[in-house]
Amino acid sequence: MSIIKASDVDFYYGDFHALKGISMEMERNSVTAFIGPSGCGKSTFLRLINRMNDLIDGTRLTGSIEVEGRNIYDKKIDVDTLRAEVGMVFQKPNPFAKSIFDNIAYGLRVNGVKDKAFIEQRVEESLRGAALWDEVKDKLKKSAFELSGGQQQRLCIARALAVQPKIILMDEPASALDPLSTAKIEDLIFTLKSDYTIVIVTHNMQQAARVSDKTAFFYLGELIEYDDTKKMFLSPQVEATQNYITGRFG
Amino acid sequence: MKKFFETVVEKILMVSGTITSLTIILIIVFLFSQATGLFNSSVVEENHSLVVNSQNRVQTLTPMQIKDIFDQEITSWIEVGGEDEDIIVFRFSDITSYVSEEELGDEFQFIPQVMSKIINENPAIIAFLPDQYLPNPTDGTRVMDCGDITLGDFFGGEEWFPTAQPAPLFGVLPLILGTLWVSLAAILFALPFGLAGAIFLSELASSRVRSLLKPIIELLAGIPSVVYGFFGLVVIVPLLQDWFNLAVGETALAGAIILAIMALPTIITVAEDAIRSVPRTIREASLALGASKFQTIVKVVIPYAVSGIMAAVVLGIGRAIGETMAVLMVTGNAAVIPTTLLEPVRTIPATIAAELGEAPTGGVHYEALFMLGVILFVITLVISITVEIIASKRPKQIM
Ligand SMILES: Nc1ncnc2c1ncn2[C@@H]1O[C@H](COP(=O)(O)OP(=O)(O)O)[C@@H](O)[C@H]1O
Ligand SMILES: [Mg+2]
Repeated sequence: MSIIKASDVDFYYGDFHALKGISMEMERNSVTAFIGPSGCGKSTFLRLINRMNDLIDGTRLTGSIEVEGRNIYDKKIDVDTLRAEVGMVFQKPNPFAKSIFDNIAYGLRVNGVKDKAFIEQRVEESLRGAALWDEVKDKLKKSAFELSGGQQQRLCIARALAVQPKIILMDEPASALDPLSTAKIEDLIFTLKSDYTIVIVTHNMQQAARVSDKTAFFYLGELIEYDDTKKMFLSPQVEATQNYITGRFG
Repeated sequence: MKKFFETVVEKILMVSGTITSLTIILIIVFLFSQATGLFNSSVVEENHSLVVNSQNRVQTLTPMQIKDIFDQEITSWIEVGGEDEDIIVFRFSDITSYVSEEELGDEFQFIPQVMSKIINENPAIIAFLPDQYLPNPTDGTRVMDCGDITLGDFFGGEEWFPTAQPAPLFGVLPLILGTLWVSLAAILFALPFGLAGAIFLSELASSRVRSLLKPIIELLAGIPSVVYGFFGLVVIVPLLQDWFNLAVGETALAGAIILAIMALPTIITVAEDAIRSVPRTIREASLALGASKFQTIVKVVIPYAVSGIMAAVVLGIGRAIGETMAVLMVTGNAAVIPTTLLEPVRTIPATIAAELGEAPTGGVHYEALFMLGVILFVITLVISITVEIIASKRPKQIM
């Protein structure tokens, strides 16, 4: 059974119709890439999955999005609990003004974890999970701002891992990084796949081809094509997809 | 052509920058130069002296002792290290109760002789005389050498009484403490409310409420301080008098409350700007981990904005420490070292404002007031440097 299921999703920023009739399902422990030209609605759709667009005034949604079979826009859903289960990594690294340790421990603490030994253990596991442990194990008390951009982004991934979400949403997580850091993040996505379901927005075709199992192509608020990544890149069914992938527009 | 224009603009900017910096430096130099004369002035009022019998064993007196003697708080020489004799206080105007006017001569030319006679006849006398009437020093009289005003008299002195005769008292301790006392209390009141206001405006208020409230708050910052002082005088002072059953309502507390109200608009606007400039993605990162809105504000947004919030506090303190008019109106202005907030106090700015008009230019009192200005300047400097250091210790974000 799929872990995320969107059915006939229409989304509006005020009068602006940003997403039009999106229906798609995503498999557990898979990596799904969203591609498409700027402004086509990739981030908007991604942010619907953890209800991050609730923060914006004047938005409206019709249709439904289910996570593990429950409609997350149902009135009975507790948004904070949902967000603890659906983690998010942002375009630019955005660590808190805290130590490395406290950045990771934050998610546990706000979710009511008090046990110090458990927190320490989770911090280490998360940093290992994000392939950052060896680089920071001796300076956990240092400010997160002292890390390089690439390290900060892996810290943000570790921060998301710490609360053990089922799904991790990534919005162009490597677009602000150098090629080496980008490669590290891509490796990381590959290993994380065995424990998490990952949805990643990317501008970079090679990246989508390298890391994802399935790819969705968005254009002007519509889902144009959604298929196995291999198929999408080798033999796209729609001409617009073909044009975008080969770089003829976007 | 364009190049020429740019060079001209550059030069103008440079000149105006230099002039501004020079002006500021000149003001500071002026302040110091006016003030430094203070420590070369004698303890006893200018052009006057204290004269005693040459038999008197007391060599010197502190300003405080002089005041106590002439106020008859000290009545025996034994209290200041002399014989067990009652002190006879002599002011120049007392001369006619010792001798008749004819004996002084038509042009008062006999006063020095008369004075030496009086002093010789009354060994326990202490006479405060204008220098032109001093008796001949060989006649068994002696001018008491009280020295110059010392740093200790100034910074350690517990009494501010600049018009006292024969020796004015320039103890600034009560004024410094009064200033710090009122300002500190004001900041303690203003900080929680200011922070709460800033958080409300930036995080909780709808954009309509904010666009209504913000201009009003900014307007409050522009109200002249006399108006606040007047409000304090007719509303807060009677209220405090009632609540705490005080003899007078003009207290440090009244000053602190008025200052807190006056500092609030500054603190709210600056802190609100700081909180609002926290990147949206920082809030989202916290919410995305399952944190509530409240947890996000307290644990992430405020720590992130801490340097801006500190700037708000410094500006608030700056306003509080330098504020004159309102404080002058509601604190009672008693130059007494405060022990509770419910007593009248007097602050440095209030003292300068109230006394500069009556202090003769270039006199000791005038110099002492300038020295107060220097102290105020130093206090402000120390506070902003401290905050600067704390703020610079925080590492900057990379991206
Ligand atoms: N907060 C917002 N308010 C109004 N319109 C928005 C907002 N965010 C995005 N949009 C609009 O919605 C469309 C989709 O944006 P987005 O999802 O960010 O695109 P993408 O991530 O694919 O580049 C764009 O036309 C954008 O201008
Ligand atoms: Mg985007």
